[in-house]
Amino acid sequence: MRLPSWIAAHLTALRAVILFTVLLGIAYPLVLVGIGQIPGLAGRADGSLVTFKGAKVGSARIGQLFTDNSGNPLVQYFQPRPSAAGDGYDPTSTSASNLGPESVVDTLPNPADSSDTGTQSLLTQVCSRSLAVGKLEGVDGSRPFCTSDGIGAVLGVFHRDGATGPVTRAVSLNQACPAKPFIARYRNTPVECARFGADYAKAVVTPIRGSAPARPRVPADAVTASGSGLDPQISVDYAHLQAPRIARERGTSVATVRRLIDKYTTGRALGFLGKPAVSVLPLNLALDRQFPKRAT
Amino acid sequence: MSDLTAGILFIVSMFVVLALVYVPLGDYMYRVVNRERHLRVERGIYKLIGVNPSGEQSWRAYARSVLAFSLISLLFLYLFQRVQNGLWLSLGFPAVAPDLSWNTAVSFVANTNWQAYSGESTMGHLVQMAGLAVQNFVSAAVGISVAMALIRGFSRKLTDQLGNFWVDLVRITLWILLPIAFISAIVLIAGGVVQNLSAGTDVQTIAGSTQHVTGGPVASQEAIKELGTNGGGFYNANSAHPFENPASWTNWLEVFLILLIPFSLPRTFGRMVGSNKQGYALLSAMAIMAIASVVLVNAFQGIHHGTVPMAVGAATEGTESRLGVYNSATFASATTLTSTGAVNSFHDSYTALGGAIPLASMMLGEVAPGGVGSGLYGILILAIITVFVAGLMVGRSPEYLGKKIGAREVKLASLYILTTPTLVLFGTGLAMALGGERASMLNTGAHGLSEVLYAFTSGANNNGSAFAGLSANTVWYNTAIGLAMLLGRFLPIVFVLGLAGSLARQKLVPESDGTLRTYQPLFVGMLVGVTLIVVLLTYLPALALGPLAEGVH
Repeated sequence: MRLPSWIAAHLTALRAVILFTVLLGIAYPLVLVGIGQIPGLAGRADGSLVTFKGAKVGSARIGQLFTDNSGNPLVQYFQPRPSAAGDGYDPTSTSASNLGPESVVDTLPNPADSSDTGTQSLLTQVCSRSLAVGKLEGVDGSRPFCTSDGIGAVLGVFHRDGATGPVTRAVSLNQACPAKPFIARYRNTPVECARFGADYAKAVVTPIRGSAPARPRVPADAVTASGSGLDPQISVDYAHLQAPRIARERGTSVATVRRLIDKYTTGRALGFLGKPAVSVLPLNLALDRQFPKRAT
Repeated sequence: MSDLTAGILFIVSMFVVLALVYVPLGDYMYRVVNRERHLRVERGIYKLIGVNPSGEQSWRAYARSVLAFSLISLLFLYLFQRVQNGLWLSLGFPAVAPDLSWNTAVSFVANTNWQAYSGESTMGHLVQMAGLAVQNFVSAAVGISVAMALIRGFSRKLTDQLGNFWVDLVRITLWILLPIAFISAIVLIAGGVVQNLSAGTDVQTIAGSTQHVTGGPVASQEAIKELGTNGGGFYNANSAHPFENPASWTNWLEVFLILLIPFSLPRTFGRMVGSNKQGYALLSAMAIMAIASVVLVNAFQGIHHGTVPMAVGAATEGTESRLGVYNSATFASATTLTSTGAVNSFHDSYTALGGAIPLASMMLGEVAPGGVGSGLYGILILAIITVFVAGLMVGRSPEYLGKKIGAREVKLASLYILTTPTLVLFGTGLAMALGGERASMLNTGAHGLSEVLYAFTSGANNNGSAFAGLSANTVWYNTAIGLAMLLGRFLPIVFVLGLAGSLARQKLVPESDGTLRTYQPLFVGMLVGVTLIVVLLTYLPALALGPLAEGVH
């Protein structure tokens, strides 16, 4: 008996799917798992795990936090980049921030609800990180478009004719009352602080550049989250910025710390691929081995 | 060396190596597909699945086989996810929800690999390697098969025979995709990509907290994910994850794998139609658009226009230290020019115009060079539209490769061209009209519209990359984007096969003085022009409301 061709086609398809599942879905990956166990590849195929004092402390390719229980940086360690993976460097929840280039207006917290902390725009996150890193490293943490207290410097400007015409009113959108606005006047109009729940939809969102240097002291990677949230590395600039603090905390010279940084810097592959970067976990482990910090 | 110089060298080296492999790989693929003899292992497979390899198919039979294979794959993958909690290596994850299973099954069968889920917290190892990764191979092979059937439509005459889908599928999988993926996977392991069946390792970090270092058969999936222009990441962070893309050179390799087959197929095409010059013409058109896209994304990201990038001093948000801004931009361009959709950095955080170019690259219909197979048949459709437009200009009935382009051919080509814009614009418009669906946007205003527009563009064009801020794992988006992916893949395939059938029936028209020389620069220029005009103008109003509104002020 011959089956109608449309049924025959589906039976063939079913057999093909099963065959490909066995070949490509079972045999192919398992052979590669086997090849991954060859000496030389095994460590990498298993996740480049790092052992310190007999215990596994992480993966050389996955970043981790160097903070205390309340989230403050441990000053004797190089600090990694900000992370959007879970609560920070969580491999079970990898993520970028996904906030856009014009994410500049914060959602203010509801003063009547103490559990509401609001939502920070990407700009305010960048400004507050820059301020915090600057403070930790003892350098100027200011940035363009940031207030001196680390908030996005953004005005909501009302014009007489909508988007044009003379300015009738200006609000510092990210500074909740009773904060003092970062500038007193904008085009001869006094600047107000922002009130929770007020309707600023008709205002033109206007970021204010301010007087911060165009090349801030705190490097770009120190204030931006990575794509994976697990970036194991930091820029050479950010490592050098942290070197004096590490030298102080570890009781050694800055030159020695810089030599260690060089040792754990991955250059561009073949001289032109990617960007030189410093691996944080191996570097911090080297510090612990060579300059152990006595418990205080 | 400055970052910019290094970024340029990355691009130059990529195109040089692609140029070097164009002839050998294109010729190799030609031999694989057109070999007369069936190898013993192939005959064994045909016996197991019950097909007669010498029986050629009409366009209807070929299409029926493609659709049957895809339907069974879809059902299989859906059920696999629905019962994963009862299977080996599930890592304790529950069964995947029905709407998400549907979305993911369509996504992988349609070579889209849009991910509404996070791999590391949703999918067990078995579903990943024996479900999703299998489709990475075979959905890619389906695309190449359909392209081969279309080429046979041009190269054959007075016949209804377009080859045998099962033979094409088996040969392409076994001799093109599998060997390259296998070797690349070993190289990736050497670079630090993990390949194990471990449920992960809990470690006590230096600072005293715990961290769960994940495991998985990642390298085997990573290699075919790029090679088959699939793009579905093992992890949520995709190729930004250090376990998927650990080094600057693995990044180069991954971009290379993405572009390898799509850029070599014009050679295979040229061989099959008996004129390598025709292959070079299509390659040139693809390369012109690809280089423009790569240069523009790099330029916009390098200039880093926009409030936050200017506050930061560089467009580093969402990029990895080891890859840097420029190599990330090149990846973003490659992944959207093809139908890949893997990402090594997050496009949502790109500058407005830097993010607009990947969006526009997908809107081109992914023909520069496009997905494996789908890019080639996409540009052939545009070539048909181009000779039609050229024919209208000089008042001569159009022909391409010796085949007359009549009413039926132009209708099928037009239907192909209209399918994706309809899905994209209708889907985006519907989402915008529904309040609950608007609430899925992470960013507000123009950038929020870009997120939704990007999602439907990515789905309907079978790309799979995302402006990942959109919370797309809702019943509505899973269903709607699932439909966009399904129709965006299989309607064009049916139109392409119908076109192949009607071309194969014709006799060959001998070249005359009035024939448009479709291998000359004039034609290449027209093809690029027609592509930009026909495709991009469709989307200009939507682009104006999204990224252009955000980036130009």
